[in-house]
Amino acid sequence: MSTSTAESALAGVSEPAGADPMAVSSAGLTKRFRGGQVAVDRIDLAVPDGSVFGFLGPNGSGKTTTMRMLLGLIRPTAGTHTLLGRPMPQRAGDVLPQVGSLVEGPAFHPYLSGRTNLQRLDAADRYADPRTATARIGTALDRVGLAAAAGKRFRNYSLGMRQRLGIAAALLQPRRLLMLDEPTNGLDPQGTREVRTLIKELADTGATVLLSTHLLAEVEQICTHVGVMHRGRLVAQSSLGALRASTAPTVFVDTDRPALAEGVFERLGLREVAPSTGGVAALLGAADPAALAAALVRDGVPIRGFGVREADLEELFVGLTGEGFDVNG
Amino acid sequence: MSTVEVEPYRPRLVSTRLLRSELRIIFGRARNIAGFGVLASVPIIVAIALALAGSPEAGDGPPFLSQVTSNGLFLALAALGAELPLFLPLAVAAISGDAIAGEANIGTLRYLLTVPVQRTRLLAVKYAAIAIFATAMVLLVAAVGVVLGLALFGTGPVTLLSGTQVGTAEGLWRLLLVCGYLSACLAAFGAIGLFVSTLTEQPIGATIAVVGLAVVSQILDAIASLSAIHEYLPTHYWLAFGDLLRDPISTEQVSRGMLSAAVYAAVFFAAAWARFGGKDVSS
Repeated sequence: MSTSTAESALAGVSEPAGADPMAVSSAGLTKRFRGGQVAVDRIDLAVPDGSVFGFLGPNGSGKTTTMRMLLGLIRPTAGTHTLLGRPMPQRAGDVLPQVGSLVEGPAFHPYLSGRTNLQRLDAADRYADPRTATARIGTALDRVGLAAAAGKRFRNYSLGMRQRLGIAAALLQPRRLLMLDEPTNGLDPQGTREVRTLIKELADTGATVLLSTHLLAEVEQICTHVGVMHRGRLVAQSSLGALRASTAPTVFVDTDRPALAEGVFERLGLREVAPSTGGVAALLGAADPAALAAALVRDGVPIRGFGVREADLEELFVGLTGEGFDVNG
Repeated sequence: MSTVEVEPYRPRLVSTRLLRSELRIIFGRARNIAGFGVLASVPIIVAIALALAGSPEAGDGPPFLSQVTSNGLFLALAALGAELPLFLPLAVAAISGDAIAGEANIGTLRYLLTVPVQRTRLLAVKYAAIAIFATAMVLLVAAVGVVLGLALFGTGPVTLLSGTQVGTAEGLWRLLLVCGYLSACLAAFGAIGLFVSTLTEQPIGATIAVVGLAVVSQILDAIASLSAIHEYLPTHYWLAFGDLLRDPISTEQVSRGMLSAAVYAAVFFAAAWARFGGKDVSS
């Protein structure tokens, strides 16, 4: 056991850096549970190095199962994947020390203090230097704002404090990849802001962050890339900019003469002209909004309001995963 | 994260940090400390009973009880004999049943595995801790028995089972041999617990199953018509520790007991490894 670990540690050093630009990639990754239910269905993830990748999807869409497979906790039924360019689970021994993870909420020994729990995890890490353990644990607790409560038993922690301890555990070592499953779950608004700032800081140091969430605001604020899961399938995956660009902005006029406005839009060649609450909407296309407004005025359409709207992420998300936002069975 | 290049830490081939952490958790847990109290109370209760009521007739009551008042060392042997059917296996079952199932139950297993701790290494550390715990419990009962026994009943001649009389020093040496033998038996029993612990996420369920196994094994061992299977029962050779108190030591049963322990430990550790090695951790 020990020899193979020593060998793989050496192999890790000699391997050319940046041979694979993907921090996480999978090909046909599939998990079928014993009941026959397909939790994750042939997904090809591509999380670029250095990105903050928002992993979106309704509850039960397969996000957590995917993260468990990526970390080697459960075995895929089919497919392969790499972390930091190395095949998993074969190279788990030298890849996972560079990966910090928070999977499906924090879990610690209830009757041990926060600090003792981190000491336990640090002791389990063969690559952790025992001489620097106290300092590293102190820094990790500081970064998540738990220094003052470090001596309290975990069972007495609030949900937000537990979540912070889970993040601290992921930060015990410098990491090249962080896989965080709903890291702001249960945090108060202040804590949510702190964690988002922390994730940005980590990304600024060059770490890749795979962030599973269903908070779209979180994605808009900190993610560079998104992947959307729905019923076990990866239904969309791209950079946030590309995803936005793929959605057409709409133009909207608020008027009490909708028929007149529709006529103007149609004459100017706009597509998908349709009545909308209090007025008329259409796809903007290549049209110039200023020219549209001028044309409406010229034809005597009484304008109460006029505007161009980018499709927001929520609409995109609902478009991809269905209106209901139901739990995927 | 500092930008200063630090010499990366080179892991040692064998690190005992995780084992030490495991032992701190086992020996620091309130539930277990209460258990130590229960195990230690048996020699105390026996001593008080004997001091108040006097020594029973030879052949009356549990083994060694009648000799306690002649030499205090026998208090340790009487206590070990009294705790061997249930209390000691219960303690080992509680720790071994908790080994994997307990971590799975509270979810810490997934964090240990993603640290990462290689699964084989985790099992090895867990089993080492179980064996150390079993040894510590046997020594705890013996130590309380020796200290209390010598204080209350003094150091008279030690009459071995074969009738020979030896001094207290030789008696103490024999007691140590008994402790070593029982520790090995209980550690082997702990391997069964480790295996059962990989089957479930309910530590209490695993513990109850393992205790039940010890009880059933002893019941079957007491049914004469089943003598054909007796030597394969996990508890069959436990009482052979009495052979270490003969002069000369009768090694036949004890050697078989050690062989049985070694086979049980190897088979059930391997079974635990086979079960846990590829198991999906979804807790």
